[in-house]
Amino acid sequence: MGFWDRFLKIDRRWIFLVVWIAVVIPLIKPLGLPTHITPPVQKLYDFIDDLQGEEKAVLLSFDFDPSTMPELLPMGVAIIRHCFAKKIPIIVYGGLYPQGVGMAKMAIDMAKTDFPDIVYGRDYVFLGYVPGVSLVILSIGESIQGTFGNDYFGNRLDTLPLTMSVDNYEKIGIVVDLSGSSIPAAWINYAYQRYGCRIGCGTTAVSAAQYYPYLQTGQFVGMLGGLKGAAEYEELLERNGIPTGRREATIGMDAQSVVHLLIILLIILGNIGFFYVRRRERRV
Amino acid sequence: MRRTFPLVIAFIMGFVMMIQYFIPHPISQKFYKIMVQQWLIIISIFFYVFAWRSFGLYHINKIKRRKEGWWASVVAFVGVFFMLLAGFGDRIPGFGNFIVKYFNFDDLYNYMFAPLQATMFSLLAFFIASAAFRAFKARTLEATLLLVTATIVMLGRVPLGASLWKGLPEVVEWILMYPNMAAQRGIMIGVGLGMIATSLKIILGIERSYLGGD
Amino acid sequence: MLILLIIGLLEPPSYVRAYDRPNDGGGAIVIEWEPVSDTLLKGYEIFRRKAGEEKFRKIAYVGKGRNSFVNSIGIKDGLKYEYAVRSVGIDGSYSELSIPAPPVASYPQWFKKHKINTLLAIAIYLFLLVYFTQAAKGKELFIRRISGLDHLDEAVGRATEMGKPILYVPGISGMSDIATIASINILSPVAKKAAEYDTPIIVPNRDPIVTMVAQEVVKEAYTEAGRPDAFKRENVFFLSDSQFAYAAGVDGIMVREKPATNLFIGMFYAESLILAETGNMTGAIQIAGTDAVAQLPFFIAACDYTIMGEELYAASAYLSRDPKLVGSIKAQDWGKALLMGLVVLGSILSLFNIDLILKFFATI
Repeated sequence: MGFWDRFLKIDRRWIFLVVWIAVVIPLIKPLGLPTHITPPVQKLYDFIDDLQGEEKAVLLSFDFDPSTMPELLPMGVAIIRHCFAKKIPIIVYGGLYPQGVGMAKMAIDMAKTDFPDIVYGRDYVFLGYVPGVSLVILSIGESIQGTFGNDYFGNRLDTLPLTMSVDNYEKIGIVVDLSGSSIPAAWINYAYQRYGCRIGCGTTAVSAAQYYPYLQTGQFVGMLGGLKGAAEYEELLERNGIPTGRREATIGMDAQSVVHLLIILLIILGNIGFFYVRRRERRV
Repeated sequence: MRRTFPLVIAFIMGFVMMIQYFIPHPISQKFYKIMVQQWLIIISIFFYVFAWRSFGLYHINKIKRRKEGWWASVVAFVGVFFMLLAGFGDRIPGFGNFIVKYFNFDDLYNYMFAPLQATMFSLLAFFIASAAFRAFKARTLEATLLLVTATIVMLGRVPLGASLWKGLPEVVEWILMYPNMAAQRGIMIGVGLGMIATSLKIILGIERSYLGGD
Repeated sequence: MLILLIIGLLEPPSYVRAYDRPNDGGGAIVIEWEPVSDTLLKGYEIFRRKAGEEKFRKIAYVGKGRNSFVNSIGIKDGLKYEYAVRSVGIDGSYSELSIPAPPVASYPQWFKKHKINTLLAIAIYLFLLVYFTQAAKGKELFIRRISGLDHLDEAVGRATEMGKPILYVPGISGMSDIATIASINILSPVAKKAAEYDTPIIVPNRDPIVTMVAQEVVKEAYTEAGRPDAFKRENVFFLSDSQFAYAAGVDGIMVREKPATNLFIGMFYAESLILAETGNMTGAIQIAGTDAVAQLPFFIAACDYTIMGEELYAASAYLSRDPKLVGSIKAQDWGKALLMGLVVLGSILSLFNIDLILKFFATI
C-alpha cells in the first residue's frame, strides 16, 4: 500500500490529535490576528449604541444551555459591558429555558467586575425563568411586572427603578436573543410582528446561515454569528474605549483560525490522495 | 373504535385550533391558553412519570443481566439520585444544611453538568475535521463547487482570511447573503408547505401511520 | 417650590388621530400624528384622559423618529378615551398640547382581517388536497425516486444478514414537531420489516410522549407482521431529555451494540454530527432524514443516504404507495408550483411598480 493509500485510510484518532494540538497551541500562545468587522455586527452595535439617552432599555435574553456557552456567553458578556459603559439600562433575562439562568448569572458576574459604579435595580435587573416560551414573549408585551412579579433575587419589580419605568416593549429599545436554536424566530413572530419591538440575534455559527433571510428583510436589526460575531463585538468595544476584560472570543478566534486552516489542508491533501489513487487505478 | 376515536379528536381539535388562530377575541385567546399552554404542560408532566419508569426499567435490566457497560447504568442511577438530593435535600429537616454544604445544586450544575455538556458539544470540532477529510472529495462538478465554496467561507470567517486578503470577508458575506440565503429560503418554503400538507393530512385523517398499523 | 414650565417655540404635532387597534382582542388604541420637522425636536409625549375628565395624564414618551404609539396599558374595552400629543425639545422645552383626537373606545374583534390572505391560502391548499386525493383513486401517480427511502429495505436486510440490530433514532423533538410525526410514520414500516426478518430494533427516545407513541407503533408493527411475541418493550425506551446526555447515550449504544444499520430520522440539532460520525466509526450503514436545514450538511457528510427537508414528509406516501397519500404529495407539488408562479409574477410586476401581489402576501 502506497503513501496516499495509507493516508486516505488514516485512523481518525490521528486527525483528532492534530486538531487538539491546533486548538491548544494558539490558546497558550495567542497569535493576535486582527478582527475584521462585518455589517450585521456593526448594525447591531450601532443600534444599541444609539439607545444611549433614549430612556429605553435593552432586553438581553439568554436562551441557551452550557453546550453552546463557549460561543454565546462571550456575546452576552460583551453586550452587557456595552450597556454598562454607555449607561443604557439593561434587563438581563435568564431566558425561555431554565438552563439559561445559570448562563445569564455567569455573564453578569463576568461583566460587572470592570464597572464598580453600576447599581442593581437602576442600571440593570436580572429576571429569572418563567415557563411558557411564546406565552412569556407575549406577556412581556403587556407587562413585565405582571409576567415575572419578582426578579431573580426575589425583589418585587414594582420597587426597582428600572422595571418601574420599563414595563413592556414600548420602553424596550431592542430585544437581543442569544440562542443556538430557533428561539430568535419566536421573538420575531411575537415581539416584532405583534408589538413592533426591534430584535437582534446572537447565535451559533451553524445556525447563523439560516437567519440571513431575517437580516435581509430587516426583521433582525443585526446578528452576531458564532464565536467570530462575539470577537467582532469585543473588537468594537475595544475600539470605542470600553473595557473588554479577557476578550475570550478573540482569544478563541486564533484557535479557530488555525483549525480552519488545518481542515482546509486536510481536505486538500485528501483530494490530492483521492485523485492520485484514482489515476493510478485507471492506469491499471 | 380504538383508531376512530383518536382520529375524531385530531379532526375536531385540528379544525378548532385552525379557526382559533383567526379569532383575536379574548374568549378565543383564553381557549388557546387553557387547551394548549395549560393542558399540554399538565399532560407532559404525567408522561414524565412513564419516562422515568422506562428509564428505570432499561437500566435495571442492563444491571440485572450484566450487559456490556452495565456499570454506566449504575453511574446513571447515582447521578439521578445525587441531583435529586441536591435539588430537594435542603428541605429535609435536620439535613438541609449538610446537603447545601456538600451537595450544592449550583456547584453540581456549574462544575459537573455544564462542563459535561460543553465537552460533548466540543466533540463536534474533532468530528467535523474527520468528516470533512473523509467526505469532501471532488468526485463530481457539484462536489467540487461545494468544496471551493466551503474553503472560501472557512477562510473568510476567521481573522486569518482577512489577513491573507482584505476582500475575503466581503466575498464570504456575499455568499451568505445571496446564494446561501436563496437556497435556505427555498428549503424553508418547501419545508413550510410540507408541514402544512402533513398537518392537514393528519387533521383530515388521511395520514394514520402515527397511530400504528393500518 | 415653583416649577417653571418652559414653553418654547416648538410646534405641537398636528392632525392627531386615535382609533381602536384593528384585528386584536381589544384593550389597545393606536395614536398617530403628523411628525414635526424641527431641528430642536427630541421626541413626543403622549397624554390621555377618560372622556368627560378634565385633566390629561402623561402615559408615554417616544423618540422623534416615531409618529405613532399603541396604548395597551390601562385600557378598558367600551370606555372612551381622548388623546393629545406634545413635542419635546432637546433643550428640555415643550410645545403646547395638540388638539385632542376625538374620543375613541377599544373593542375586541372576532376576525383578523389582515390574515385573510392566510385563510385564502389554506382554503386553496385544502381544495388541492381534497381534489388530488380523490382524483388519485385507482390511478398510479408518479413520485420521483428518493434515494434514502429506496435503500431502507437494503439497510434492514443488511442488519439481518449480519445478525446485528437496527438502531432507529426518531430525533430529539416532541410529537408537536411535524418531523417527529414523519419519523414515526417511517418507523412503522421499518419495524414491520424488522419483525418479519426477526431483526432486533432499538429505538432510544428523548421525549416521554414520543417514547409512548413509538412503543405503540412498534408493537402494532410486530402484531401486523404476525410476531407479537417477538416485541420487546425494553428496546423502545426513554434515554434522557438532555440533548447531549441523549447523544452520549446513543453513542454508547452504537459502540456497544454495534448496530449494522443506523436510521436518524426526525428533528436534530447540534448532536447530529456526533451521532452520525460515531455511527460511521462503527461501520454501520446510515440513512438520515431531517427538515433541520442547518443539520443537513453534517448528515450528508457522514451518512450514506440523506432524506432532505420535505422528502421526509413524503416518506409515508412513498413507502406505502397509498393512492390518497400519493395524491396529497401531488397537491403539495401543485401548491408549490402556484406559489412559485406568484413569486415570479410578483417579481416581474414589481419591476413596473405594481405591488398587488406583494401586498397580498404582506403580513402585519
